[in-house]
Amino acid sequence: MKPAFSVIFLTTLIGVGQGLFLALYTGEVFSFAGGNQSNPPQMMLVGALLVFVLMVLGVFASTFHLGRPERAWRAATQWRTSWLSREVIVLPAFIVMVALWGGGFLFDNNPILSVLGGLEIRLSFVVGLIAAFFALFLYVCTAMIYVAIKCIQEWASPLTVINYLLLGLASGFTLATALASYFQSLLTVDYAVLSIIFIVAAAGSRFFSLCRNAQIKPKLSAGTALGTRHLQIRQISQGVRRGSFNTSEFFHHASQNFFLWTKFFFLIATFVLPFFLVIFGWIGDSTLILIAAVLIQYMGLLAERWFFFAEANHPQNNYYQG
Amino acid sequence: MSQLALVIDLNVCVGCNACVTSCREWNGPESKGGVSDQKSHHKLPMDTFFNQVQTYEVGTYPKCETVHFPKSCLHCEDPPCVPVCPTGASYKRKEDGIVLVDYEKCIACSYCSWACPYGVREPDPHQKVMTKCTLCVDRIYDKSLLEEQRKPACVLACPSGARLFGDIKDSNSEVSKAIDERGGYQLMPECGTRPANHYLPRRHNKAYVIEESDESL
Repeated sequence: MKPAFSVIFLTTLIGVGQGLFLALYTGEVFSFAGGNQSNPPQMMLVGALLVFVLMVLGVFASTFHLGRPERAWRAATQWRTSWLSREVIVLPAFIVMVALWGGGFLFDNNPILSVLGGLEIRLSFVVGLIAAFFALFLYVCTAMIYVAIKCIQEWASPLTVINYLLLGLASGFTLATALASYFQSLLTVDYAVLSIIFIVAAAGSRFFSLCRNAQIKPKLSAGTALGTRHLQIRQISQGVRRGSFNTSEFFHHASQNFFLWTKFFFLIATFVLPFFLVIFGWIGDSTLILIAAVLIQYMGLLAERWFFFAEANHPQNNYYQG
Repeated sequence: MSQLALVIDLNVCVGCNACVTSCREWNGPESKGGVSDQKSHHKLPMDTFFNQVQTYEVGTYPKCETVHFPKSCLHCEDPPCVPVCPTGASYKRKEDGIVLVDYEKCIACSYCSWACPYGVREPDPHQKVMTKCTLCVDRIYDKSLLEEQRKPACVLACPSGARLFGDIKDSNSEVSKAIDERGGYQLMPECGTRPANHYLPRRHNKAYVIEESDESL
């Protein structure tokens, strides 16, 4: 498939945003559950604002993928069958819940709703819980858009969902570690440890899916595409046009070298470098190193998403043999 | 329940592109509210085709055949482009099984074109909506036309009679008989899309010539 930059930015930006929110909310749950450390309120406020900005930027990027963005609201109607429609519903719902959640910190207004067994249940805890459900479900929706296309074998696997979830969590928790370090939160170490765990888990599942995709035997061939028994097929003409949507949309149009280097780059930049940078930043108590980890990892994620689209082989390519 | 479809005889198709040009003529031009028709020969053309004829050489020389292969929307009975559409613009008509795009609802997100294994959908660069073969739905029910003219433009244009049009659910129809008697098949049946359009395979035609004996002269 041709990697579309609008979709690359959409999926990576909202992935980081959801991950950052889940990291911040984990901090809140941690202090709620009896941990005597918590994030400073300014950090929660800045963090919520950052989540909001990342999500809105993602939505903004996505409009470039549409021919008619002014009708995008219509995309919320087919939630019964379409995962894209479900994403279109859950994404703004998550943004609204994050805005409410962040609003509590902005106006310093977080009333106690009830007391359960000595634990104070505050408004932000309940709002955050709903937002956390939306964040997790949004990962599923985003990934299922690709899993649902059964004829693209590289995507139609539960690994796609696991990758979107773990890559989002890894990048979100790395950003949370940098943020916690900047605000000198007592939870910085916890974030660093969780971030490393998610980076390792994401590296494992992404590597596993690379191995899986390398071993795929195509179910379809030019033979079944044309319905000829003879498998020796050579294309003479692609139609009356010099190019078409078919020749531009379904190939990545990059050289094999670029393709392989992108794979190498994303493995290093998304997993290996951030892994060490988070450890160094944590040990050296350096916000700068952690910010470097965030930026390098995001570059890696862009490359990862490019590769995700580029490696998908669409069966219509059987009609275009070069 | 009926399912209109095309049946294309690869044994007869000569690759003349009359179906392509007649399709462009009926569904265009852009200036009359039809699909885009500019820059056909640029690398990224700004025009839209519902139907294309591709040519393949099957086998190795000298044991090979040239196959001209027209391909347009197959109007699947289980169309993968319909459930993925987030706006409901892509739909399949219950009454005749034609898969259509509602241009008033489409946001051109291209998701349907990814879900289609056959690559028969194209976004129109000027109308900014996804387009595809409509089986000339605006023609086949037009009572102002003579009955024999109420067929898709490509079917009427085909000089070799390679394109048949009809209801594949009606066992007495010309298309059902052609599928039955001449080995009609579907493209990529593995995808589970159950395409309505069928193709009739190439056949080996042999001419048997009996040498006349000298005695008869």
